[in-house]
Amino acid sequence: MIEAEEFETVAETTRPHRRQQFVVVALIALLMLLPLWIYPVLLMKLMCFALFASAFNLLLGYGGLLSFGHAAFFGGSAYVTAHALKVWEVNPEFAILAGVAAALVLGLIMGLLAVRRQGIYFAMVTLALAQMFYFFCLQAPFTHGEDGIQGFSRGRLFGVIDLSDSNVLYYVIAIVFVASIFAIWRIVHSPYGMVLQAIRENEQRAISLGYSVQRYKLGAFVMSAGFAGLAGGLKAILFQFATLTDVNWHMSGEVILMTLLGGIGSIAGPIVGAGLVVTLQNYFATTGFPVTTALGATFIVCVLLFRRGIVGEFRHRFATRKKS
Amino acid sequence: MTMIFGVPLVVLTGQVMIGLINGSFYALLSLGLAVIFGLLRVVNFAHGAFYMLGAFAAWMLGQYLGLGYWPSLLLAPVLVGLVGALVERTMLRRLYDLDHLYGLLFTFGLALLLEGAFQHFYGASGKPFAAPAEMRGVIRTDFVTVPIYRGWVVVASLLICFGTWALIEKTKIGSYLRAATEDATLVQAFGVNVPLLLTLTYAFGCALAGVAGVLAAPIFQVSPTMGSNMIIIIFAVVVVGGMGSILGAIATGYLLGVVEGLTKVFYPEAANIVIFVIMAIVLLLRPAGLFGKEN
Repeated sequence: MIEAEEFETVAETTRPHRRQQFVVVALIALLMLLPLWIYPVLLMKLMCFALFASAFNLLLGYGGLLSFGHAAFFGGSAYVTAHALKVWEVNPEFAILAGVAAALVLGLIMGLLAVRRQGIYFAMVTLALAQMFYFFCLQAPFTHGEDGIQGFSRGRLFGVIDLSDSNVLYYVIAIVFVASIFAIWRIVHSPYGMVLQAIRENEQRAISLGYSVQRYKLGAFVMSAGFAGLAGGLKAILFQFATLTDVNWHMSGEVILMTLLGGIGSIAGPIVGAGLVVTLQNYFATTGFPVTTALGATFIVCVLLFRRGIVGEFRHRFATRKKS
Repeated sequence: MTMIFGVPLVVLTGQVMIGLINGSFYALLSLGLAVIFGLLRVVNFAHGAFYMLGAFAAWMLGQYLGLGYWPSLLLAPVLVGLVGALVERTMLRRLYDLDHLYGLLFTFGLALLLEGAFQHFYGASGKPFAAPAEMRGVIRTDFVTVPIYRGWVVVASLLICFGTWALIEKTKIGSYLRAATEDATLVQAFGVNVPLLLTLTYAFGCALAGVAGVLAAPIFQVSPTMGSNMIIIIFAVVVVGGMGSILGAIATGYLLGVVEGLTKVFYPEAANIVIFVIMAIVLLLRPAGLFGKEN
């Protein structure tokens, strides 16, 4: 397990302080106003990846399990959502539900196999299973191989709200995003989340206390897959395509980097990290510098110099100053 | 023409041969991974990148210095080993006291960095690399047809694999390595320079990947992505075999290579994923792997 010291130790309080509540409300208000100044499509992309990273962090940060295969859920759900919109011609809410359902099933299958091993083996098993899914997507007829699924409309939410207007879609995605982050926060602070963190800290003791550790881990894996699927489905609707890029192992690596850079084991960390990585990618895409190399270098710097991540480092400094 | 299970014998032996060649690379790479993991407890994600680096080093030695295949086969792995030693000395060393996952993440970053850099400077397309002139022919018999170079790859990898096994099991330095794998602190107390041993082990593992890269260059072409495609399969091989034993890693490598080759004959659609399917089955039946010990 990754050392306890680098995590927020078991979430201190179940109920947020008044000041925290104020900050959260202010942030949500800001989120609603942001499209006045910033291009909404970029913001929506950020939210999709922030949700993806938060889903990943639910597993790594609170369950202590490093998955190298989360692209399968993200990209798999994107494919199913796109397919449902294009071929089945259902409303977008059902398309996303189908995508999430697919991610959950996939998560259950992969999870059942992966939780049989721990630590680095867990990482290697998830990577290999996700690669298997990648080859499946490469060959299955409904994904259209290298072309991907494209050329469908976003449809009307509940048959009424037209999502082709990006300003409308922005608020839909923002609401889903805030609700999902809240749900993840609730899961982490629920009795279930406490047991999960106990397992992360000391698996043997949790077993001796009578918890069926594997079932808790599997639960975290499946939930994490579900949220990752939600993020993937939203992204498919946003960009109106689903391609092999989303199921590739590079995507699994990116989400790890987002979480690591922002800070493992905090709610804000993955959101900050996703924002940074997406901005970084956009920036390096405009210069001639290869994006993959930039990401690799960020990874190395992160692992060597600040393993707590940006939010974690900030919090650590703040906490030590308070103590002295 | 002789037929087996409705398949011409020549086709069958041909695919077994291809399986053995792929298996040679699987064996060489998972061997290096196992040696590094055994002592350093680092899962070297950059192993694929070092394999690619070996192929590129050979290509560059030929391109810029005009060196032939044989000198490159010796020199390229040495260069890759030096790069490995440098990485271990300057960076990887700082991560030993932390959770093993950080070693995996660090080497993952290194793999991305190397792959991205080579893709940027040399393009995504493969570079042709000629087999040495004396090995361009084909051996034909009644039941199997083997290009000489591919036969050489199988022989060379068998020699290197068992050479490595002998080095670790039968020599003095190998006994240091095995002892340090058991208890590094104690071995250091006996006056063995353990930090140097760690550096040498990582460099040696990387050099093994480099050799595999040079051997692969004439068969698969030299391309920046050749390593990342390989490393994921190697991980599956390692999960199937368990990282506990050297011979286990070698045997699993060849075995899975041959199984993959045979799948191409009987059910080509599944050839890409058969190794992952086997991994899933092994996880269900024997989670520790065929040769592994659960700890």
